[in-house]
Amino acid sequence: MSEPLLAIEGLAAGYEPGAAIVRGVSLAVKAGEIVTILGPNGAGKSTFIKAIAGLVPKFAGTVKLGGSDITRMPAHLLARQGLGFVPQTENVFTLMSIADNLRLAADILPKPERAAKIEEMLKLFPDLDRQRSLAAGRLSGGQRQMLAVARALIAGPRILMLDEASAGLSPKLVGQVFAKLADIRKRGITIVMVEQNAKAALALADRAIILAEGRTAHEGRSADIASDPQIRQLYLGLAPARGAA
Amino acid sequence: MNLQFIADGLIMGALIGLGAIGVTLTYSILRFANFAHGEFLAWGTYFTLLLTAAIGALVGGSGTLGALSFGWPVILAGVIAALLTGLVALALDRILFARLRQRGNAIVMVMASFGASMALRSLLEFLFTSEPKYFSRDIQIALPLGLGIRLTPDQLFLLLLTVILVVAMERFMTKSPIGRAMRAVSENPVLARVAGVDVDRVIRATWMIGAALACAAGVMLGITVQVRPFMGFDLLLPLFAAAILGGIGSVPGAVLGGLIVGIAEAAAVQVVGADYRAAIAFLILIAVLLIRPAGIFGVRE
Repeated sequence: MSEPLLAIEGLAAGYEPGAAIVRGVSLAVKAGEIVTILGPNGAGKSTFIKAIAGLVPKFAGTVKLGGSDITRMPAHLLARQGLGFVPQTENVFTLMSIADNLRLAADILPKPERAAKIEEMLKLFPDLDRQRSLAAGRLSGGQRQMLAVARALIAGPRILMLDEASAGLSPKLVGQVFAKLADIRKRGITIVMVEQNAKAALALADRAIILAEGRTAHEGRSADIASDPQIRQLYLGLAPARGAA
Repeated sequence: MNLQFIADGLIMGALIGLGAIGVTLTYSILRFANFAHGEFLAWGTYFTLLLTAAIGALVGGSGTLGALSFGWPVILAGVIAALLTGLVALALDRILFARLRQRGNAIVMVMASFGASMALRSLLEFLFTSEPKYFSRDIQIALPLGLGIRLTPDQLFLLLLTVILVVAMERFMTKSPIGRAMRAVSENPVLARVAGVDVDRVIRATWMIGAALACAAGVMLGITVQVRPFMGFDLLLPLFAAAILGGIGSVPGAVLGGLIVGIAEAAAVQVVGADYRAAIAFLILIAVLLIRPAGIFGVRE
């Protein structure tokens, strides 16, 4: 069996020492997969993904990306290692133009590659291309989300992690964002996404992990989880699937 | 009314504006009001004074450039002094502010900056005494510019240098990767880290740039007036008034704020007398905080 692209073993993390919010969670993500992290409010989903991204202190466990140990790596070096992260809120620089948001992310690339990479992203997100001089703070929620994703993709990540990309978006925009994520996976990028919108996330993801009180409650194929009436009701706040016993 | 006050105000405003750039950058990127910033002006000026003497002793003669009261030794000394002042700022950060930053208490950092200010100023007074010193004791003839306004060649040089430094600084902030990174950290340090910005590097750049510009402002003040250990401390209130008036985080704002404060102070001398000059910066500060707290170019949070 091939080594997972992202391997997390027994991760414990939280904001205050001695008060772990995530308690010994393990997760292995294979290259090319989309894995969604689900669970009720306060389950530790965002803390888990932020800890992987180096934004929340880790108390125990290891995080490996492509076999390299990145557990103690500072957040600003993770982008260079191929780990892109899109925070849930405040995920664009509102006072900077769309182009400057992208330029900032491209600054970690070798100079000759930067302009081409920015153009590639603007081509992938034509909505942004049309208003590249506009301050990001004037974008709509959906456009901001697209810019945040484009910003994270600039450095050419092997894995893209998103913290509730659908938060605050209308169902139509959620559909657009998730369609874009499906496109991004086709480019060979692995995706790990924390989601409250369990229905949409399970429809997109290959596998899901459900956290409850900082621990893994369930893990399995999305289709299996989506059709399990107990999981749907207990952890996802969804009505039992049609035709379920 | 004698319009000379506009020229006098522009000169003082240019100095204040240059110094205020460091204040506004520190405030927006490191998120605290550094009351030791004035000392960077004084330390930079004394470094320049010492280095000018050393260069003069090494190569002989002080030399002057055209109609200016100073020559290339002052310019060379000023460049080296800007670097040294930046190193003083970095040392202060390493010894004091970096440790306090980890605890995340901005009030403690402000109080610490008061302490650092007193310590740096006292050290300067101990080393050089409070006796005023001069780059040159030559008396310059002011050139008539029309409308009754006269400026000395040194003052014209000062205005030109301010324009060059401010344009260069604005281009640096908008076009260079480190300038972009500084703007990013100023707005959202967490997202900046996620985007690959080394925040510690940005903090080092902020200290270096702020202190170097403070040195430039101090040297200009030293050339046009005199050099004293209290020269930076005396400018502290106008520096903060300019930074807040311009909008925290805005380089052009700091300079515009500086010019407004400088001209307002000079106008006040004409209207109410020199005794109330210092009160003007204070009044401007209060008025801005009450009417438009975000300043001219600032963004309301």
